[in-house]
Amino acid sequence: MTSVNLPSDSAGNTVTAPETQTDAVAAPSKKSQHEVLYFALRSKKFIFAVAVLGFLVLLAIFGPIIDSNDPLAQTLGVNTPPSTDPGYWFGTTTFGEDVFAQFVNGLRATFFVGLLGGGIASLIGMSIGFIAGYKGGWVDELLNMVTNVFLVIPTLALLLVISSYLQRSWPEARGVFFESIFVGVTAWPWAARAIRAQTFSLRSRDFIDLAKLSGRRGLKIIVFEIAPNMSSYLMLTFILLFGNAILIAASLDFIGLGPTSGMSLGLMMFNAVSWAALLLGTWWWFVPPGLGIMATVGALYVMNVGLDEIFNPKLREL
Amino acid sequence: MRRYFGRKLLTYAITFFIAATIDWLIPRLMPGDPIAGMMQRTGGGSTLSPEASAAMVQYYTNLFGLNRPMWEQYLGFWTSLFHGDLGLSIFGHGRAVTDTIMAAVPYTLGLLIPAILLSYWLGNSFGAVAARRKWLDNSILPIGYLLTATPYMWLGLMLAYIVGFTFRWFPLSGGYGFNLEPALTWLFISDLIAHWFMPFFSLFLVMLGGWAIGMRNMIIYELESDYSRYLEALGAPQRLVRKYAFRNAMLPQITGLALQLGVIVAGALVTEIVFSYPGIGQLVFNAIKSEDYFLLQGIFLFIIIGVLAANFIVDIVYVIVDPRTRVAMRGGTA
Amino acid sequence: MSLQVNDLKVYYRTLAGDVKALDGATFSIADGEIMGLAGESGCGKSTLGNSLIRLDGRMKYVGGSVTLDGAEMPIWDKQAMVPFRFREVSVVPQYAMSAMNPTRKIGVMIGELVESRGLPYKQIKVELGRRIDVVGLTQDVLKRYPIELSGGMKQRMVMVISTLLNPSLLIADEITSALDVSTQRAVAETLVSFRDHGFVKSMMVITHDISILYQISDSILIMYAGKLAEKAATSRIIQSPMHPYTQMLVASLPEVGVRYVDKKLTGIPGSPPSLLTPPTGCRFRARCPLAYAKCAEEPPFVEVEPDHSVACWKVPGPNA
Repeated sequence: MTSVNLPSDSAGNTVTAPETQTDAVAAPSKKSQHEVLYFALRSKKFIFAVAVLGFLVLLAIFGPIIDSNDPLAQTLGVNTPPSTDPGYWFGTTTFGEDVFAQFVNGLRATFFVGLLGGGIASLIGMSIGFIAGYKGGWVDELLNMVTNVFLVIPTLALLLVISSYLQRSWPEARGVFFESIFVGVTAWPWAARAIRAQTFSLRSRDFIDLAKLSGRRGLKIIVFEIAPNMSSYLMLTFILLFGNAILIAASLDFIGLGPTSGMSLGLMMFNAVSWAALLLGTWWWFVPPGLGIMATVGALYVMNVGLDEIFNPKLREL
Repeated sequence: MRRYFGRKLLTYAITFFIAATIDWLIPRLMPGDPIAGMMQRTGGGSTLSPEASAAMVQYYTNLFGLNRPMWEQYLGFWTSLFHGDLGLSIFGHGRAVTDTIMAAVPYTLGLLIPAILLSYWLGNSFGAVAARRKWLDNSILPIGYLLTATPYMWLGLMLAYIVGFTFRWFPLSGGYGFNLEPALTWLFISDLIAHWFMPFFSLFLVMLGGWAIGMRNMIIYELESDYSRYLEALGAPQRLVRKYAFRNAMLPQITGLALQLGVIVAGALVTEIVFSYPGIGQLVFNAIKSEDYFLLQGIFLFIIIGVLAANFIVDIVYVIVDPRTRVAMRGGTA
Repeated sequence: MSLQVNDLKVYYRTLAGDVKALDGATFSIADGEIMGLAGESGCGKSTLGNSLIRLDGRMKYVGGSVTLDGAEMPIWDKQAMVPFRFREVSVVPQYAMSAMNPTRKIGVMIGELVESRGLPYKQIKVELGRRIDVVGLTQDVLKRYPIELSGGMKQRMVMVISTLLNPSLLIADEITSALDVSTQRAVAETLVSFRDHGFVKSMMVITHDISILYQISDSILIMYAGKLAEKAATSRIIQSPMHPYTQMLVASLPEVGVRYVDKKLTGIPGSPPSLLTPPTGCRFRARCPLAYAKCAEEPPFVEVEPDHSVACWKVPGPNA
């Protein structure tokens, strides 16, 4: 789900307002960085999330090296349950494909989509949010309208139409790379909205006025004054977009618009359902990919809460 | 009041306009010639009767007639759109796209509406109860996060596998049994409900986690707010403080519902695919398989219209629930 | 004797350790007295005010006692303090502008609040109406939402709510800082009239704006870096302050006009010490022009003449 953790406009200002500290208006000092580290190392949620993600990343990196089977090679025994035999760790599919090889390769794709898709979405969301919130006036009105339009268009439905045409007319574009771009280009609206609200509340603060008075240009003020002051918020936004991109891509793959070459976790589930894994009871075909996505996205969400508590003293429980 | 809703409606109108234009534009923007491909396929007429095939060729020629100027094509698109004409469906054996979709809509709505309402109500209640209560928080929060992080289709798959395949408590797929004809009999209705339950429950569960977490986080902010502190300073019992916090935390949750609609619809689509439930999702799946672009484009427009309508309902509810918007409106018209 | 505070210590828990925001305060407020509490921001004055009604999550009670009308208040126990709040001790908070629930009609909110404290709304409704008149609001505010009121109106409404049960002590925390000058004066005068009407017995007005205190308070307590510096009748503080800090504070005040102690204080060289590891001895020592060897010992807060207490070795009195 999209914005579960980010407080919306009405409560949002609590994330950046450093009112509980002293009147430090300047950018985060050394001391508060220390404080962040201190709490990060004590946050069970954060450490748990880092551990889970770290494990999955290692699996994605080294998995395909340990098990060098081609995920699409139909060379093994058919519908074999998991065993300790090489190539059979997670069992095989109806076509004799190595499920473990598919899983670790799919995991790679998953992180790729999250990183690229989430990154693109963050970039667009930040640009629009900063400009709208900082400029105000008609620029804000216009960008707000654009944001609202893209906010209500269901992303998946839009991607559905785009991808389905691509499938026929430009099959080369049906890879994880383009999928990530499409996901990124459609997943930004709520982030733009949240960042706009934050920027808006920062805009009227003293240090921004000071920067304006000293003749700094708008872009510089955004990059050097506003962005650093909401860096924690931006980080949380990226984490959520990362997770959302993964979920959207998985749905797309599952509907049958996944990469035609290569492997993804969504595609594994699509294949499992298409080839009646449910009726055959070959659970090892569809359990790992979903579990992988759930673990990845769940860890990202938990990391998000953990970081939120680290950055925002009001949320910490003493 | 009029200004507020006027503005909202304008946004929705623009949204629909843009969405419809994208719908029209995509096939024309794509590299290569998807229409030619489509004509080829329909010309082959694998699933179509000769008459339907001929009608469809005729239709393409009229609609896509690429010899005509762009603006004329575009105008023609809107004209047929206003007549509710979305073309003919290959998958539906030449049936009108509108009819094919309308046959599937009740199934999807039948899943979505109860799942949304029930999960929204229960999830918000759980979240509110859990916030700032150590034990509950420590159990509800992780479960909630696991549920929201679960891909809709996977939860569906797991439910289908465990409840449907292993225990055989509920039928695995379809909208109703193959041996039944739709009728207002007890047998049919009970069968309908049996088929409905698992896709409904799986949708419900994933959403439940999201609402619980959202409410839990919102209410913590509210409990830290000034009015809560004031109430506590005046010795008001936790019951009252929490009641106020809950009511105010509900408002961003209503906005949250509007923001989530797209994701929820997507969730319903993939859930239907898992259970071969005869709603829009299953239709999408089949349309993609048979490369039925008209059907896909029609579904896209249908989903947009549905989401826009739901957004508008949420807007109305918000105004009813939040006195501040009402006051601002009165001020605006006075 | 309305309020008696004895050696009260309340610290803030932070990562780096305890911030000794209130490090031993002993004073009293008489029945009917309006006591002003002034000092730079961060001197512990708000900590003192808050600790008398509700310790927030990061505040830690360390020691001392508070007695109100002869009964000891268990300020360290959130639950046990409930019976005292609102009825015996009440607060007009710093955040009065946002103190009322934005989504409840003001009258409804008051009703629910009062009933939650075991009083039927009907019973106080007439009195509530009377007080709304006293502060110059119209009766229809009860049917409105907070957003429909101006800042000054909200401020006055919160004052009415806070004093509805005739508390013995009212803490007014920086209530004028968010208002414009003319509204400030009106609000200050309303506070006095509350005392005169008998809505509250005594009052503690926390501010960094001494000129407001000059208008309304009977006595002034000056704090510096978590410690009490001087307490005396308002006229004594303004005309013949004894503590060097008070002297510099008052000297920096022009006759009329300038109000913010904080701003003016730049006239005193140096800055207050960190309360994480406060220096031993007199905490003003580093900035004090009169400091001498003796100041390395902590000066006691003692009565040097009737109703005039000072914590300074240089002040002639029982210590000298």
